[in-house]
Amino acid sequence: MSSKDYLKDISEIKNLMNKSSKFISLSGLSGILAGIYALIGAGFAYWLVQQSGRDYLILDGKVFRLILFDLLIVGALSIGTAIFFTTKKAKKNDEKIWDSLTKRLLINFLVPLVAGAIYIITILNQQKYGQTGALMLLFYGFALLNASKYTLGDIRYLGYTQIILGLLCAFYPGYGFWFWVIGFGFMHIIYGALMYFKYDKNN
Amino acid sequence: MQNIIHNINKAFDHRIRLGIMSVLMVNDSVDFNTLKELLGVTDGNLASHTKALEKVDFIKVEKQFIGRKPNTKYYATKLGKIEFKKHIDALEKLINTKK
Repeated sequence: MSSKDYLKDISEIKNLMNKSSKFISLSGLSGILAGIYALIGAGFAYWLVQQSGRDYLILDGKVFRLILFDLLIVGALSIGTAIFFTTKKAKKNDEKIWDSLTKRLLINFLVPLVAGAIYIITILNQQKYGQTGALMLLFYGFALLNASKYTLGDIRYLGYTQIILGLLCAFYPGYGFWFWVIGFGFMHIIYGALMYFKYDKNN
Repeated sequence: MQNIIHNINKAFDHRIRLGIMSVLMVNDSVDFNTLKELLGVTDGNLASHTKALEKVDFIKVEKQFIGRKPNTKYYATKLGKIEFKKHIDALEKLINTKK
């Protein structure tokens, strides 16, 4: 064998290692859209609270329920969009959307996220509202960090960013809303755009 | 030079075997069908190469049933991982010396 063949061997080894252990079809576009939904949702929540005549959020039935509903819609739309674009991209990459790799990715993502969601709902029921934004950012950051082993490396940095924002948010609970907007809105748009230009645009 | 060639492992001297080991290096275990798809080879072809690697104790095989379907899983052994690393290092050195 010539050294050219060895080089080819090595590049193939690298390729196989990546393909068998990392899901590369995450779509940047769905990140951008998730950020936009979050911004619209946050705008709506802001308007609701302003309408209510107070500049802080309390749990008087209607406004709070509307905000919760708003949050659910943003979440559902983001997940739906992510599934749609990722499936499309996976088809193009000839990657399977449902195999042991994506299962592993999803489990690693969902365990911290669901644990966090249950925790947040529990403390909301105990009338502790101050840290909700921080906790959402933190647990979302943990979930991203945990899942990042099985997908594109950029997700790890998005995870770090959310964790830092979550901690800042815990220090300044009065600005919780704005940290939430930065984390779930702007960061999704920034990282989504980065990933879009890095992986999607040229293919 | 003699030393480098010594480290080029005969057991890996085939694209598919190299491929099998690469996949097993980064995954705890991989089943037969996944391996087949990743490498794009036929059943018989893959079976003969896994057998060769099994014979030298570089990989371990675990057969079980999922429901009624037989399922074969492969693991890289400690020895296999060490040898694979040596092999890759040797390849790299070969490339560098020939440049």
